[in-house]
Amino acid sequence: MTLRRELEALRAIPLFAKVDPTRLKLLAFTSEHVEFEPGELVCRQGDPGDAAYILLEGEADVFVDTPEGQVRVARLKKDDIVGEIAILCGVPRTATVVATTHLRTLKIAKQGFLNLVTQFPEVAVEVMQELATRLYHTTQRLSEVSLKLAQTKTSRE
Amino acid sequence: MEPTIFRFILKYSWRQQLIILALTLLSFPPLYYSLELPKLIINRALGDPDGPWVLFGYDLDRTHYLFALCGLFLLLVLIGGGLKYVLNVYAGIVAERMLRRLRYQLYQSVLRFPLAHFRKVSQGELVQMINAETEALGGFVGDAVAVPAFQGGTLLTILTFMFMQDPTLGLAAIALYPLQIYFVPKLQRQVNELAKQRIRQVRRNAERISETCTAIREIHTHGTARYELARFSRQLGEIFWIRFAIYKKKFLIKFLNNFIAQLGPFFFFSIGGWLVIHGDITLGALVAVVAAHKDLSAPWKELLTYYQNLYDVRVKYEQTISQFVHPDLQPLERLVGESGSSPSFSNGVLKVTDLTLKEDSGENILEGIALELTLPAHIALIGPAGGGREELSLVLAGLVSPSAGRVTVNGVALHELSEPLRAEKIAFIANQPILLSGTIADNLVYGLKRRPVSGSAGNPAPHGLQPRERREALASGNSLDDPNAEWIDWEALGLSAPEQRLSAMIHALRVVALDRDVYALGLKGVLPPGREELASRLLEARRAMRARLASDPRLSRLVEPFDPERYNTNATVAENLLFGHPVGRVFDLHRLPAHPYVRSILNEVGLIDDLVRVGYRLAEMMVELFANLPADHEYYRQFSFIAPDDLPFFKSILQRTTIDRLDRLKSHERDRLLELPFKLVVARHRLGLIDEELQHRILSARRRFRERLPPSYAGAVAFFDPERYNPAASVQENVLFGKIVYGQAQAHERVHALLLEILAQHDLKDTVIEIGLQTDCGVGCSRLSLPQRQKLAIAREILRRPQMLVLHEATAVLDAIERDAVRSAILNEMKGRSVIWSLEDHAAAHQFDHVIVLERGRVVAQGTFAEVREHARIPPPVFEAAS
Repeated sequence: MTLRRELEALRAIPLFAKVDPTRLKLLAFTSEHVEFEPGELVCRQGDPGDAAYILLEGEADVFVDTPEGQVRVARLKKDDIVGEIAILCGVPRTATVVATTHLRTLKIAKQGFLNLVTQFPEVAVEVMQELATRLYHTTQRLSEVSLKLAQTKTSRE
Repeated sequence: MEPTIFRFILKYSWRQQLIILALTLLSFPPLYYSLELPKLIINRALGDPDGPWVLFGYDLDRTHYLFALCGLFLLLVLIGGGLKYVLNVYAGIVAERMLRRLRYQLYQSVLRFPLAHFRKVSQGELVQMINAETEALGGFVGDAVAVPAFQGGTLLTILTFMFMQDPTLGLAAIALYPLQIYFVPKLQRQVNELAKQRIRQVRRNAERISETCTAIREIHTHGTARYELARFSRQLGEIFWIRFAIYKKKFLIKFLNNFIAQLGPFFFFSIGGWLVIHGDITLGALVAVVAAHKDLSAPWKELLTYYQNLYDVRVKYEQTISQFVHPDLQPLERLVGESGSSPSFSNGVLKVTDLTLKEDSGENILEGIALELTLPAHIALIGPAGGGREELSLVLAGLVSPSAGRVTVNGVALHELSEPLRAEKIAFIANQPILLSGTIADNLVYGLKRRPVSGSAGNPAPHGLQPRERREALASGNSLDDPNAEWIDWEALGLSAPEQRLSAMIHALRVVALDRDVYALGLKGVLPPGREELASRLLEARRAMRARLASDPRLSRLVEPFDPERYNTNATVAENLLFGHPVGRVFDLHRLPAHPYVRSILNEVGLIDDLVRVGYRLAEMMVELFANLPADHEYYRQFSFIAPDDLPFFKSILQRTTIDRLDRLKSHERDRLLELPFKLVVARHRLGLIDEELQHRILSARRRFRERLPPSYAGAVAFFDPERYNPAASVQENVLFGKIVYGQAQAHERVHALLLEILAQHDLKDTVIEIGLQTDCGVGCSRLSLPQRQKLAIAREILRRPQMLVLHEATAVLDAIERDAVRSAILNEMKGRSVIWSLEDHAAAHQFDHVIVLERGRVVAQGTFAEVREHARIPPPVFEAAS
């Protein structure tokens, strides 16, 4: 896969949709192209996070460790980005990601991603919007879950 | 050291000075006779046609007489010249020996300074004093006797001659000397005062430069280059003004001297002329006196210069010496002495009685400390920073002598032991690693080099100095030890076999978890000379590696092997072309296309135009990608093919021409474009610029390059050969014989795990560490990271197995995760031996048998961890973490 095709893939990602193509090209050029075979770990929950991955081709599953064992919480597909939380707030990986098919990714190193965010405010705004949207959804789901939990409790009593 | 330069000269070179004096006196007769002979030739051989011509009792005819006299003249000139030559060389040797002796003594003083003194002296000034300022002193030593003897003698001879011609004229010749003798020294004193100032100023300069080097990162961090430039410029200005004043005075002296010298003829012509007119002396005598006066001025000038030098040198010497005299210089015997026996520290009692340590200001840093510790024990010193922990650990390590009180081990006073004896038993590790230039191994064994090792099987003589070196060292009072002799005292550790030594070193590295780092360095290192026998074993490992890669497709896709017939997409174009490792600088990979031979090969396969086109495309991309980045952006270093300064150059090429019209470019512009693609790695950069057809042609260039390589370049490349070890390539490249591919998840980790596995199977892991130990780690080991350096500093002490290890915050610079592990490993290693550890982290004290709490220089509590913990003055939260 050449840089040009990676660039096209990047532009298809909503997070980067409004970013100037030259800057995206720089991001693609300074990032590493990494492939995974089915079953290989992209990242492991609890490990220190040093990079985010953009899926260019293939699919991956996201697992979270719970007291009852691993639970699959999401399936990632083309154009999804994963691992950006660990980069942005310096916490260990919040989930385990496993390739389910042959997976092509663009590995954006922590520094490269942070550079992009700090130097190009439009990317920062995009990332903020994306994260805020996710936070909004998460909060909504949390309130739904808490409501359900409260209902289950009351029905038990 | 001698207080004045004359005492120094007399004490160490009076014999040589006498020889110089004798040689000088010897040179007078030939000189005199070589002046006398011309007269004889003119008066007797030429002027007297009747003879008899007798020489040394032989009656000769006139021609023979003439030639005999001429021959004699030549002989005297030769003897005179020869004597002068011998005298000069000898005086030079004496001067150099004295210089060597002086520098050696000054350096010795540096070693003898008490530790605290180093807070006050500037490194740059010391360097300046020992190296530059002593130079003038050395030169003077050779002249000290020779110049006054020779020039004074000449002067006297000529003066005598003049007085014999006519006392009045003689008096006239020296009439103004008293004036010179009076004025010149006065002026000279002022010049010397200025010269002193200049010396001080130059020292300050030296200090400034050395401080700039030390603090270079701070200067860049704070962006204070402009301020530093201004400061330095100011200092140079000071020197300028001093020099300006010196010049004014110095040349005034010269003017006076010249003027007075010229006054001589004035007197001769006026007084002498008057005398001639009145018939008191002959015209011939006046001419002779004028001629003699001309000869007089040279030695007189020399004597005056000598006098000026003398004064200057005296001041310089005293000024230099005063910097190296210190009331508390340690006796030399303590530094190198081996007499007496050192007590065993392995068990017994370490007793501290009424220990006090004063600062320069007179304040007590440690006060009334009394301890009685049963060895072996692991002892922790805790307490606030600045409470005396550091100083107490230095005193207990024997490095700082107490102002009052004693430290004894089994009754022997610690501070009366000589350093080598003490160092054998006690090791000290501070919180900042200080390492020396050289390899990792050099640093690791540094603590074992206390004395040259004698008598072991391979090294018969302890003092292996060449006789010539030894003679000279003796003549200048220098060390008679040979630094190239075997100094590493393995026998003291009971390690006689080389394998045991290696495993002891590896063990020391393992205690501080540095073995992995050194192994990694070993993988990148090349086989050291003299270990060629390892090549075949490493080749064995290469075969095993290839077999493993071939058998497992999951692994084989992580490595792209070196194949003479295939283009390696994970290597640069330059590497693909060369297919080997450059030896020396002929085929430097960074400047490959500039080499005429490489150029001719590229030309033959018609690659130049294509690569220039690729270069053009690459320049286009780089200009597009990097145009908007600031010039100091780290991406340039990491990713760009073009340095920020060169970007405008390529931009202008792009603007002036299109890719179809590259022939319009000037040849140096095409050259620059041609250079660009040589750094391209197909798999890494993914630019699609080196297609298969181009790869194919690079391969044919590779073949031609090797086939046609002229014999003169034969040694300049070590080609890759699947069946041969490549001595210029790293261990990793040789065993892997390929490139780790880009773009495979965790390829590096997995390939390195495989490498480790295979090297371990072939019993080569220690060998790789051994190669890693030979890595040169730069000035002060600056190529290693701070934690790595600190670990090396710890391993250095672990290796020499001290009976007592004293540490001050020794693990503080390590990462939080490693700190505990390394501390535990050190304590475990020191089981059964004593440890005294000044801890920055109180919580760690629970690992120790005995804890001493220091506050404001006093012991406020001691006992087991549990006992001390109860002590009210320790804030409880400090201990929370441990429980």
